[in-house]
Amino acid sequence: MDDAVRSDPPRPGPGDPTRPSGEDAAIEVGLDAMRCRGDWTVLRVAGIEAWLARGAAEGLTRPRDGAATAPIALDCGALRSLDTAGAWLLHRVIATCERTGRVVSLAGLRPEHAALLEMVAATAAEAATALAPEPSALARLGETVWRGGGQTRELLVFVGEVATTALRSLARPARIRWRPILYNVRSAGFDALPITGLLVFLMGIVIAYQGASQLRRYGANIFVADLVGLAMLRELSPLLTAIIVAGRSGSAYAAQIGTMKVTEEVDALRTVGIPPLEQLVLPKLVALTIALPLLTVYADMLGVAGGMVMAKSELDVGFADFLERLQYALVLSDFLVGIGKAPVFAGIISIIGCFQGFRVAGDAESVGHRTTVSVVQSIFAVIVADAIFSIVFNRLGI
Amino acid sequence: MTTETTPHDPMPTAATDAQRPIIEIRDLHTRFGETVVHDGVDLEVREGEIFALAGGSGCGKSTLLRELILLQRPQSGSIRIFGREILGLDDEQARSLRRDWGVMFERGALFGSLTVSENVGLPLREHTTLGDALIDEIAAVKIALAGLPPSAGAKRPSELSGGMRKRAALARAIALDPVLLFLDEPTAGLDPLSASRFDELVRHLKRLLGLTVFMVTHDLDLLWRVADRVAFMVEGRIAGIGTMEALSTSQEPLIREYFYGPRGRGAREQAWKRR
Repeated sequence: MDDAVRSDPPRPGPGDPTRPSGEDAAIEVGLDAMRCRGDWTVLRVAGIEAWLARGAAEGLTRPRDGAATAPIALDCGALRSLDTAGAWLLHRVIATCERTGRVVSLAGLRPEHAALLEMVAATAAEAATALAPEPSALARLGETVWRGGGQTRELLVFVGEVATTALRSLARPARIRWRPILYNVRSAGFDALPITGLLVFLMGIVIAYQGASQLRRYGANIFVADLVGLAMLRELSPLLTAIIVAGRSGSAYAAQIGTMKVTEEVDALRTVGIPPLEQLVLPKLVALTIALPLLTVYADMLGVAGGMVMAKSELDVGFADFLERLQYALVLSDFLVGIGKAPVFAGIISIIGCFQGFRVAGDAESVGHRTTVSVVQSIFAVIVADAIFSIVFNRLGI
Repeated sequence: MTTETTPHDPMPTAATDAQRPIIEIRDLHTRFGETVVHDGVDLEVREGEIFALAGGSGCGKSTLLRELILLQRPQSGSIRIFGREILGLDDEQARSLRRDWGVMFERGALFGSLTVSENVGLPLREHTTLGDALIDEIAAVKIALAGLPPSAGAKRPSELSGGMRKRAALARAIALDPVLLFLDEPTAGLDPLSASRFDELVRHLKRLLGLTVFMVTHDLDLLWRVADRVAFMVEGRIAGIGTMEALSTSQEPLIREYFYGPRGRGAREQAWKRR
């Protein structure tokens, strides 16, 4: 039987799910000899791995008389087949024994298996040096902070580059690209009308509804116009519009520029002499600066309309009364305060969206990551800016 | 199990070993709508050889490769791999079959979200129960075997050059020590020096791991220097099959054009000089 096995059996039946001919890799350990059996192939070596993991090789191979340097024979005559994974484990068995000071003499190894073992041993030395140590928690924290700081600096550099590009464009107005600007006004502004209108209208209803129960208690029904008008015009409609646009258009900017970076279109633009910032960023910035204030005006109207509908049904304040009261409640500065924030929000959204787009490096996953980051960062920055506006306006008494 | 010689015949002689077909394609027909892609393809790949499928662009060689690796189904015909009919396998059978071959795609198809080492370890994690540390070590061996420096393992595919990406793709293809290796345009997009190193690599791996290699290529240097046998495909049929020497004397006009065009002649002269 032993002879039959030794006479070069073919590889275990490929394509056969049950693999009847396979035999799990095994190793028998005696005092001064070890014997490998079975198929030392990737699907059958799990036992050897476990055996090594138990540290069995170190304990079992030490001879009883204490002569730790006694040679040990490794008989591979019954080794049916060997692949890279098996060779790697065989190498580990040998290396483990040699670490305990014993010399391993191989016997019965077929020439093609010996070649494989030799190759694996050669790469092992190389691979061992390659594994970089895992960084400690402190090192990782430091790296994160350092990267965050670097990103802020890069953002500032980007803002500066965009500003100089914008000035250069102003100096040569003929080079301003009107077509992409108009296209972006349409896609970021006009196409966003339905969703913005719906959300702000619902917000007007909610504000009026929440206010109604309080106002009714004091018989101050008519002041619902003050409530809705001020809340909408000063705060909610600019903020909501900016958040919707950040999700809709800021993400699209990041994804578009990011994909163009992956496919080297950005580099191609540069080589034909078109500065990418001029072609890709300025039109978006200009378009959004035009579109977002317009969207905000539209949102003001629909938000107030939502409040009016609720005032009529809940508080019996008719449309005419509501509008008349609104004239007294609001002054021009309330409207301008809201509209005035919109261009700033537009700048934040387009700059962050484009910046993250340019930070894409390499692959599809990076595009997705950068797009997400652009939305999160621009919404965050919009809210922070809004808070700063509130403080400043408060101090100025507007 | 049929009565024919099973792959685990206990006493195979050297002669039957070399003759045993690994891939047998019989009367294969493929159509995409009205377009006929394969019009009766017959082909046999023997164990232990490096077999190349050549032909002009759009002649159906990539489709044939996709059919062999179960990504596409022909309309009719028979494909036997390791002596088993592969058309109409269930999922479990297909899975076990896929474990026995490796595929290297033309553009590498490395997963961008994983490092090279994780890419190579992926088939091992999927098909074996080995521990993570061991899988990483085996992946490192494969990466070295594919001729990449050890530092490449921790990199993302996007950080590699085109040639290194090909090698990483090859390392993943041989992760499970397959019996059969499919290569789709292995040298496309490589500079001549990298391409000739890749030739050496394929031959070296074949010797070391005892692979059978099936490759689709139109790189004439690769055909001359690496392939044991070449099949030449023209308009959905095999127009000629044999060693490059035999094919180069073929009277088939399209094959002659292929070999005796300006580039074909150059590659042939180079090959003769080297021999």
